[in-house]
Amino acid sequence: MFRVMRVVIGRDLLLAMRRRSDVANALLFFIIVASLFPLGVGPEPNLLRTIAPGVIWVAALLASMLALGRMFASDYADGTLEQMLLASAPLGWIVVGKAIAHWLVSGLPLVVLAPVLALQFDLATDALVVMMVSLVLGTPSLTLIGAIGAALTLGVRGSGVLTSLLVLPLYVPVLIMGTGAVDAAAGGVTVQAHLLLLAAFLVFAGAFAPWAAAAALRISLD
Amino acid sequence: MPRFIDVETLRPAPGRINWFKYSSPQTFFPLAGAAVPWFAAAAAVLCAVGLYIGFFVAPTDQQQGEAYRIIFIHVPAAWMSMFIYLVMAFWAGVGLVLNTRLSGMMASALAPTGALFTFIALWTGALWGKPTWGTWWVWDARLTSELILLFLYFGFMALTAAIDDPRRADRAAALFALVGVVNIPIIYFSVQWWNTLHQGASVSLTRAPTMAATMLAGMIVMALAFWMYSIAAAFARARCIILERERNSDWVAQYIEASK
Repeated sequence: MFRVMRVVIGRDLLLAMRRRSDVANALLFFIIVASLFPLGVGPEPNLLRTIAPGVIWVAALLASMLALGRMFASDYADGTLEQMLLASAPLGWIVVGKAIAHWLVSGLPLVVLAPVLALQFDLATDALVVMMVSLVLGTPSLTLIGAIGAALTLGVRGSGVLTSLLVLPLYVPVLIMGTGAVDAAAGGVTVQAHLLLLAAFLVFAGAFAPWAAAAALRISLD
Repeated sequence: MPRFIDVETLRPAPGRINWFKYSSPQTFFPLAGAAVPWFAAAAAVLCAVGLYIGFFVAPTDQQQGEAYRIIFIHVPAAWMSMFIYLVMAFWAGVGLVLNTRLSGMMASALAPTGALFTFIALWTGALWGKPTWGTWWVWDARLTSELILLFLYFGFMALTAAIDDPRRADRAAALFALVGVVNIPIIYFSVQWWNTLHQGASVSLTRAPTMAATMLAGMIVMALAFWMYSIAAAFARARCIILERERNSDWVAQYIEASK
C-alpha cells in the first residue's frame, strides 16, 4: 500500500518537474496578490503589520486553490485516472499519494516564500516563525479538502469557478485558525491552541478527505 | 453479493405498510400532490397564530423594547436553515447508499428552501442588529457560519446545475452535502468556542429557558409554520423535478394527457 503511494508521489513529482512553469505560475500569483494589497490600502507600516497575517494567508489559500485544477485534470484527460480506478490498490491511498505530491509542489513553496512576503509587511520575527508553522500545518488541509472539490468538478464545464465555490467555504476554519495563530503571536499571546486546532483539523482531513475524494472520483468517472 | 435485490423480498407481509412503495417517483408524485395543500394550509394557520402570539400576546422586552419581536422570524428561520441542511444531507446520504432516484430529487428540491431560510435569517439578523448592536453586520462567529451555510447551499445548487447528467449531478451534490454537513456542528458550537458578541443561545434542552413562556411558544409555533412551509415547498418542487426528469415515461404522458 505504501509502495503504491510512493510510486504515485514519485510519478506526480516527475511530471511536475517536467512542467515547471505550471508550478511557478501559482507561486507568482501568490506573490503578486500579496503585493497588490499595500498598493490598495496604502504603505502605512502599522496598518500593513495588522493586515499581514490575513493577507498572506488569503493569498496562500487562493494560490493553493488555483493549483487544484492540476491535481486530476491531466490524468483525467489522458485516461490514466481510469486505470487508477481499476487498479487493485485502494483508490484512497492513490489519492493520498497524489495529494502529498500536489502539496510538495504547490503548498511547500508557499511556506518557503511566505517569510519573504511577511518581511515586506514588516512582520516581527517570532510572528514570522509562527506563520511558517501555521502554513505547514494548514496548507496540507487545504490540499486535502481541495482534492474533494477538484474530484467532484472533474470534466464539468466552468470547473475552475465551480471548484472555488465548493471549496472556499470549507477552507474557512483553516483560515480562521491560521491567521488566529499569527495574530496571537504578533500580540504576544500563546499560540499553542491555534496550532493544535490546525493540527487536529489536518489529522481529521487526512483521515476522511482522501476517501471522500476517492468516492467523488468514482462518481465523476461513472 | 447479488447486484440486484429481488423485488419479492421487499414485499411486506399482508397487513404491513410497504415503505418502499413511495420511493418510486411514479407513486410519490400523486402522494406529494395530495399532501402539498394540507401542508400549505397548516403553514398558513400556524404562521397566523405564531405572528399573533409574537405581535400581540408576547410581552415587551425589558432591554430591547419592541425591536426584539423580529426574533419570531429570525430564530425559527435560523433553526430551519440548519435543520433543512441536515435533512438534505440525510436524503443525499440515502441516495448515495441505496441508489434511489427520489432521494436525490428530494435533496435538490430542499436546497432552494434551505437557502431561502438562511437568507431570511441573515437579513432579519441585520435588521435586528441595527437597533440593538448599532450595526448591520458584525463578523461574529455565528453570523459568519450562517453566511458560510448560505455559500454551501449555493455550492450545492451550482454543482447540481453544472452537471448535465441528472444522476451524476445528484450523486456529486450528495457527496458535497455530506462533506458540508461538517459545517453544521461548527455553526452550532461556534458560540461556545469563540465566545463573541452574539448572545448565547437562550433556548436549550438541558436547562430552563431564560425567556417568557409566551415568547418561547411564539417561536416554536413559527418554527412549526416554517417547517410545514418547507415540506409543502419541497414537495411542490420535487413534483416539478419528477415531471422534468421522467418526461419520457408513459405515466407522465398519461398524466399530462389527463390534466389537459
